[in-house]
Formats: sequence, structure tokens, C-alpha cells
Amino acid sequence: MTDPKVQDPKKARLLSIIPGLGQFYNQQILKGIIFLIGFIGFAIEFIVFGFQAIHDLITLGSQPVVDNSLFMMIEGTLQILVLVFAVILYIANIYDAGNIANQINLGKPASKTFMEMIKNIGDGGFPYLFSIPAYFLMLFIIVFPVLVTLFIAFSNYDFLHVPPAHLLHWVGFKNFTSLFFLSSYRKTFNAVFGWTIIWTLLATTLQLFIGIFTAVVANQDFIKFKRFFGVIFLLPWAIPAFISIMSFSNIFNDSAGAINVQVIPFFNKILPFLHMPLPSWKTDPNWTKVAIIMIQGWLGFPYIYVMVTGILQAIPNDLYEAATLDGATAIQKFSHITAPTIFTVAAPIFITQYTGNFNNFSMIYLFNDGGPGDVGGGAGGTDILISWIYKLTTGQSPQYSIAAAVTLLISVIVIGVSLIVFKRTGAFDLGDD
Amino acid sequence: MARKQKNINEHSAIRKRRVNHFFTYLYMVILAIIIIYPVLITVSSAFKAGNVQSFTLDFNSKWTLNNFHRLFAETLYGTWYKNTLVISFFTMLVQVCVITLAGYVYSRYRFIGKRFSLMFFVVIQMVPTMAALTAFYVMANLLGALDHYWFLTLIYIGGGIPMNTWLMKGYFDSVPYDLDESAKLDGAGNFRVFWQIVLPLVKPMIAVQSLWAFMGPFGDYIMAKFLLRSDEHLTVAVGLQQFITNARDQQVVLFAAGAILIALPISILFFYLQKYFTSGLLSGSTKG
Repeated sequence: MTDPKVQDPKKARLLSIIPGLGQFYNQQILKGIIFLIGFIGFAIEFIVFGFQAIHDLITLGSQPVVDNSLFMMIEGTLQILVLVFAVILYIANIYDAGNIANQINLGKPASKTFMEMIKNIGDGGFPYLFSIPAYFLMLFIIVFPVLVTLFIAFSNYDFLHVPPAHLLHWVGFKNFTSLFFLSSYRKTFNAVFGWTIIWTLLATTLQLFIGIFTAVVANQDFIKFKRFFGVIFLLPWAIPAFISIMSFSNIFNDSAGAINVQVIPFFNKILPFLHMPLPSWKTDPNWTKVAIIMIQGWLGFPYIYVMVTGILQAIPNDLYEAATLDGATAIQKFSHITAPTIFTVAAPIFITQYTGNFNNFSMIYLFNDGGPGDVGGGAGGTDILISWIYKLTTGQSPQYSIAAAVTLLISVIVIGVSLIVFKRTGAFDLGDD
Repeated sequence: MARKQKNINEHSAIRKRRVNHFFTYLYMVILAIIIIYPVLITVSSAFKAGNVQSFTLDFNSKWTLNNFHRLFAETLYGTWYKNTLVISFFTMLVQVCVITLAGYVYSRYRFIGKRFSLMFFVVIQMVPTMAALTAFYVMANLLGALDHYWFLTLIYIGGGIPMNTWLMKGYFDSVPYDLDESAKLDGAGNFRVFWQIVLPLVKPMIAVQSLWAFMGPFGDYIMAKFLLRSDEHLTVAVGLQQFITNARDQQVVLFAAGAILIALPISILFFYLQKYFTSGLLSGSTKG
């Protein structure tokens, strides 16, 4: 403590426990006032509105018709976001006080006037200013709805309890336990979940297999018309998926579709010993499952094909030449050079394919409406979790809370799998420091 | 002896290569047929005269443009198309502005909370928009936003932000830093560096992102189906399905005609943009 004028950052931080005081200590009067007013503003907001909102979120109201539990839930969620924002600002205020004190010690004068402050915001605050719109939108369109879904999953919101005529109540984990243990839901959940897993694994693996295989085959040097084939192989990706699926839905029509009217009769004609029967693609759940897995292979392989082609072209040729000199066979070259490269580079892409199909609503819903058949709980024979959610929410007797619970399960699974894989493959090394 | 052996080896190598060539082309041709066949069925159906029920490839029936005429004269297809264009336009406008700003900042600045917020982007990008389906429905109900475009448009905008900010950041990263450094030395402020130096250089990526964002609502079925109600408010994707859902009155030729009018422009845009986003996606996913 040789210099008496030194600003003590600890003291500045301590003072900022009451927002603004630390800034006053740093002689940033204007900034201090802004922080103080902001803090008082939040305090007033909380006393006038926030406290009640949080209280309502906890009770969800006491009088039907007068209290709308849904409004209370949503206002409470908003209030939580406001609170989180206030806490972040509060921490920033303490941090800022200490930071500025340190800066003054280093000989940088703190900005005192309004103009200086504006300029300072223009410098240091620029990144925040520019990313605020993105955050604002993500907050309200992704974070907020996800939170509301979370709350609904722990309530009893269904067609028997529709606010404001009825009050909602917190029911804890009842929706989740119903899914796992209540006989009616358990049966449906197991059937739908089981098929979702099978569908995800088979369909995605098929599209990965076709994609990688095609890329390796079509990337050989001697092939002519590469551009021509390239364009054709990309078609399934270029055409909007919903159009292809609707077209396939017609093509696989039991009585009028091309498969049963044209393709199978054609093969039976040129290969008479085959005697292929005409499958009921739309009325037998097993055949529907076969159809949608094949169609997903058709739809999904071009993306993999393009990615893998890109990777293949980046592998230096010397590697293969060296391997050839050492007497490696084509299969050895593939399994020791090509395959490892593809899987290390494209692992995150492959995983997004699996998680994408896990939630591939359009394929299931547009091909055959999740049907045929019925596995209880409003789900059809080929419904996956996401299309079941859709039916639970929009059906004749909506089960919002069960739907939200399933939604949460799905999200946890998808995020969990992606996090593990991304962590392992190092996609989290953000490459900035 | 050795010479003869060598000859045999060469022979078998040539034969092996021929077999390989044969199966390679066979595979590629079969795959091409499997891809083109269903596409051709839809295309040819769009020009079939009369209301045929079968959805097959046959060139014997009479060709006509009547289906396209009927599409606009007798159905709401034109309205749906216009609706989708409006939604697409606003989605594009807002989303591209937002992600350009955010992508620039993440590429060029170090600031407190950057690492944490980049993490937030990665994680939130994994949350499927579908995860909030129930909440969207409830919110739309409360706000009276069911059947209104603004809500749907907002969802399209928000849903694309995390992923596209990443891509944008990746592209900004490829613009050399020396440019803004020297501009700053010349006394240009933050905003001027952004607006006059860096932004003009990323115009191609902005164009790509714009088209990409514009195409989004054309390809979406779920959200539109979920949030739009009345017939005249639908988007093309949802409307188009009406032609084929009614089992007794399937209008496959109208469906096919409508499908072409969507798929053609989108596919053309796709091939035009393809090289940009395939490289972007790959670098985006490997480097994060």
C-alpha cells in the first residue's frame, strides 16, 4: 500500500453488494446511478408483480374460473427468467466494480461522463449489443417454451382439467410413473418406445450404409459421368422431404400404388419363379415398417454420401499409394485408412442422423399417419414417440401433461446421447482459445 | 517361368479390374433408377389427363397442363403458396439479420461469458424444436396465436438461430483478421469495421443463409400443421396433403402438380447452394 490513491478491488466488490456503491467508489457516478436504479427497478418489479407470480406458480391458484392456472404457470415461468436475468446483472455489477478498480490501478481512467460511457459501451459492450437479439429470440422461442413444457410435465393438465374452468395441480412425478407403471400407458409406452428405438437404429444405419458405400464406390477414379451421377444421387436431398414422403405414400398404396401395380408385377414377369406376393404396405403394420425404413434409406443417404465424399477427397493419395506398395488389398485399405478417417471426422454428423430419425415426425406421420393398427393410448402401430406426442396433444381427449412428460424423456435422451458423443469426439473444443 | 507368372498376374489383375468396373457401374445405375423412378412417377402424374387413381409411371395417358390450371382455379393452392411466401420472407429477413450480428461477434471478439454462451449455443441446438411442442400449443392458445402467422414465423426464426449462428461464425472466421486490424489502426470504430470492411466480404454467405432461411418454411410440415387451423391460412406443405389424405377422394394428379411447383424451385436453389452448405456443415461440425 505505497500509493494512497490505490483502488481496492475487494472493497469495490464488497460495496457493490448494494448495486452502484462500488461504482460510486470508483467515481463512476453515472454508472452507479444506473445500476442502482436498475436494482431498485427489479426490487419494485418483484414486490409488485414477481412475488405474486412466483407464489401463483407454486399454488397454481385456488379458485376455478377466477384463477387461470395456465396463465399462472406461464407468468411464473416468465418471472423466473426475469429473476435469472436480475441475478446475472447483479453478479455483473459486482464483477464490474472490481474490474474497474483494477483498471484504475493500472492507470486506465474510468469513464465518468455520459459520452465517455457511450463510447465505452461501443467498445467493450459491442459484442453484447450485437448478440442480444439472438439471445432474446432463443430465450423466448426455445428456452421459455422448454421450461413451460417442463412444468406441464409435472402437472395434471389434460382434457379433464382445462383452465380456467378447472384448476391445475402439481402432481410430482406421477406422469412419469404412469408411463412406466400404469398398465394402460405402460403397454403403449413400451410398444411405441421399442419401435422408436428399432426404427432409429435400422433406418439410420441403412442410410449411413448406403451413403458411405455409394461414396466409396462412386469416388473411384475411373468412373465417367461423375457429375451426372452426382446430381442424381443428390435428388432425394434436394427435393423437400415432405413431398417425397407424400409421393411414396401414394406409390406404396396397396391397390393403386406403383409398387404393387407396376414394380412387383414387373419382377414377377421377368423372374416368373419368384412369385412375389403383393404386400399390404398400408394395412399391415409390419409392412408399413419395412416400407418406411426403406424410404428413409432413400431420403437420408445423399447427405451422408456428400459428407463422406468430401472426406474421401481430403484423404491424401500418398497414404493409399504407400499402402499399395506395402501390398495392402482394397479391403485392408478401406478398413485401415478410409473407414477410420470417415468415422473420426463424421461421427458428430452420424449421431445427428440418429437423433434426427429418433424425432422424424414427417416420415411416420405423412406416410401412414402412424398407422395402421392401434397399440392403445391413441398411438398407431407405427407411431414413434414424437408422433405419439402429437396425437396426445391434438387428439379428441388431449393428454397435455403425459405428452409433456414424453417430450422431456425424448429431449433428455437426445441431448444425453449428443453430449456424450460430442464430448468424446471433441466437437466441444470450440477452437477459440 | 517368372515372365509367364507375371503375365498371368497381369491377366488376373485386368480381369479383376473389369469385374470391379462392371459391378461399380451396375450399382450406380441401379441406384440411379431407384432414385429417379419415384420422382418420374410424380412428375408424369402431374401431366396426366383426367382424374386417374393409380400412381404409376405410364407414358400412354394423354399429356395435359390442365392439372396446373385446376390447381389455381379450383383449389386454395395459390393462397397457400402466397401464405408460405410471406412467412418465408419474414423468417429470412429477421433470421439473417440476427445471425449475422451474432456470428460476427462470436468470430471477432473475446468477451466475458463467450465460452459459456458458445456452449449454450451447442447444447440448445440439440434441443429439437419439437421438444417444446406442447408448450407452443399452450402458448399459442393463450396468446390467441393459433392460426396466425406471426407466431409460426417467430418459431421458424428462433429454431434456426443456434445452428445458423454457428455456420455464420465459421464463415466470418475465414475472413482475414488483418483487414479489421488495419482498419482499426486507421481509426475506424467497431461499427464501421463491421459495416464497411467485414460485411461486404461475407455477402456470399449472407446470400446463402437468406435462401436457406427462405426455403425453411417451404419444407416444414409439423409446426404449420400444429399451429395453423383454417383452410385458407395453411402453408403449401400442409395444404398439399389435403389432396391425398381423403381416401375416397384422392386427387393424386393435383397433388403431383402442386408438388412439382414446390419441388422444382427448391431443388434448383438447392443445387445452386449445395457447395456452400456442405462445406459449411462439415467444418461446422468438425471444428464446432
